[in-house]
Amino acid sequence: MSKRIDVKDLNVYYGKFLAVEGVNINIDARSVTAFIGPSGCGKSTFLRTLNRMHEVLPGARVEGEVLLDGDNLYAQGVDPVTVRSQIGMVFQRPNPFPTMSIRDNVLAGVKLNNRRISKSDADALVEKSLQGANLWNEVKDRLNKPGSGLSGGQQQRLCIARAIAVQPDVILMDEPCSALDPISTLAVEDLINELKENYTVVIVTHNMQQAARVSDKTAFFNIAGAGKPGKLIEYADTQTIFSNPSVKATEDYVSGRFG
Amino acid sequence: MSSNSLTSAGASGRTGDKVFSGFALGAGALILLVLFSVATFLVVQAAPTFVANPSEVAGGEGFWKYILPLVLGTVIAAAIALLIATPVSVGVALFISHFAPRRLAQGFGYIIDLLAAIPSVVYGAWGVAFLAPAMAPGYQWLADNAGWFPLFAGPASATGKTILTAGIVLAVMVIPIVTSLSREIFLQTPKLHEEAALALGATRWEMIRMAVFPFGRPGVVSAIMLGLGRALGETMAVALVLSSGPLIASLIRSGNQTIAAEIALNFPEATGLSLSTLIAAGLVLFVITLAVNMLARWIVGRHKEFSGAN
Repeated sequence: MSKRIDVKDLNVYYGKFLAVEGVNINIDARSVTAFIGPSGCGKSTFLRTLNRMHEVLPGARVEGEVLLDGDNLYAQGVDPVTVRSQIGMVFQRPNPFPTMSIRDNVLAGVKLNNRRISKSDADALVEKSLQGANLWNEVKDRLNKPGSGLSGGQQQRLCIARAIAVQPDVILMDEPCSALDPISTLAVEDLINELKENYTVVIVTHNMQQAARVSDKTAFFNIAGAGKPGKLIEYADTQTIFSNPSVKATEDYVSGRFG
Repeated sequence: MSSNSLTSAGASGRTGDKVFSGFALGAGALILLVLFSVATFLVVQAAPTFVANPSEVAGGEGFWKYILPLVLGTVIAAAIALLIATPVSVGVALFISHFAPRRLAQGFGYIIDLLAAIPSVVYGAWGVAFLAPAMAPGYQWLADNAGWFPLFAGPASATGKTILTAGIVLAVMVIPIVTSLSREIFLQTPKLHEEAALALGATRWEMIRMAVFPFGRPGVVSAIMLGLGRALGETMAVALVLSSGPLIASLIRSGNQTIAAEIALNFPEATGLSLSTLIAAGLVLFVITLAVNMLARWIVGRHKEFSGAN
């Protein structure tokens, strides 16, 4: 199920503007990798290139390779739709479909591409996905109520359930807790710890404690100045990044001296 | 004497607030007043028709016998217009909002807005001078090949001045309105929902079905209702295009008439009771429009829980 990601010499452009330059990184399967760095350093942009979601913006393009267990996402003839069905994404703000019930939200991705699913299979999948997102006990009595009626933290876990329902290889999370209160954040962090048993998880976070709590490895991104491209400065075990980083900028950032 | 500094301060800055709230209240009240006056005018002026001896009303068999074919004619013409205009408008709006390259989309949107500004008499002239003759052979073909179906029963109109032609002209007039509003709604679809669908592996069309349509549905229904309002009330184009007559089921024969065109054609010579009858016909149109709008509100409000407003 879960697959590794290897990125080789990746440059990301918005039109002519080079947003992220020269990223090389190897992300292990069944692990949690955190991207940290100051605002505007390109970590979210880079995350989006891992499932080609950056292409939603007109003019965005990349150079280089992103390999999912050796298969290049940017090879000729690769459909971004296929890529995204294998590499799921959870966003900064919870975004369940407001017109769908909780149940339909979970099944939204499964029913795509004209796939059919029997009612009993669907019921089982809804339960399994919601269990997997630690949400089942809270919503099992109101599966047909709208997803937008849940609290922010519950909505975010619903989005995670929706992402894992399609059984992706990798789950990308773009600051998944930045709109949540501390209790909900804790619930999502617990969930991330459980998810790594089955999935490769990559998380962008502004919260360094969070990176320290949930991730196995941490990548620090930085930017030399406004208008300059973001770069991957250092990538190592989380422990090393936070206790004994090899680059001065990393140390300054994780110790709170800037950023 | 102890004076509270909070009571006196800041009162001078409130004048603008008061002026604006008064203005807003006045504007709101004015709308109600105008609507009420129109309704009152229609009811008072139409009253003689309802109490008159049935044999004296146009047609000689009372007002309801007179108005029923007109109501049906109006509804048929408007229904044809909407059946054509809705899919086309939603398609064009989607093309502009989600498919066309940005530069093309802007020019396209501008052209659509221009179409909405063309006076209805021009559409009518186009309908009678170009569309009707162009449609006539098609009607003949329909009568020959699908004549067994009541809607296409012959003999087909040789001039093409039929209710179907009128409906098509109305559709062309309604399309810019519905397109313009739908496009605005579609463009406002939250990026968040579009990205949610795409990130699940949705194709562009699936993303539109999952995120854009559910978000835009109430707005598109409102847009269609505005279009329907224009189709129901359109006078000039129908009066020019349609060769009117008694109510018939066939869409490709001369015949049928709409309320608005009937009023316009007969108004210049109307006096006394016949004038009152025409105004009563206007009252009926008013009521139909009101009913249709309430129906639309009900449709939109039915799924309030799932509207995303909570």
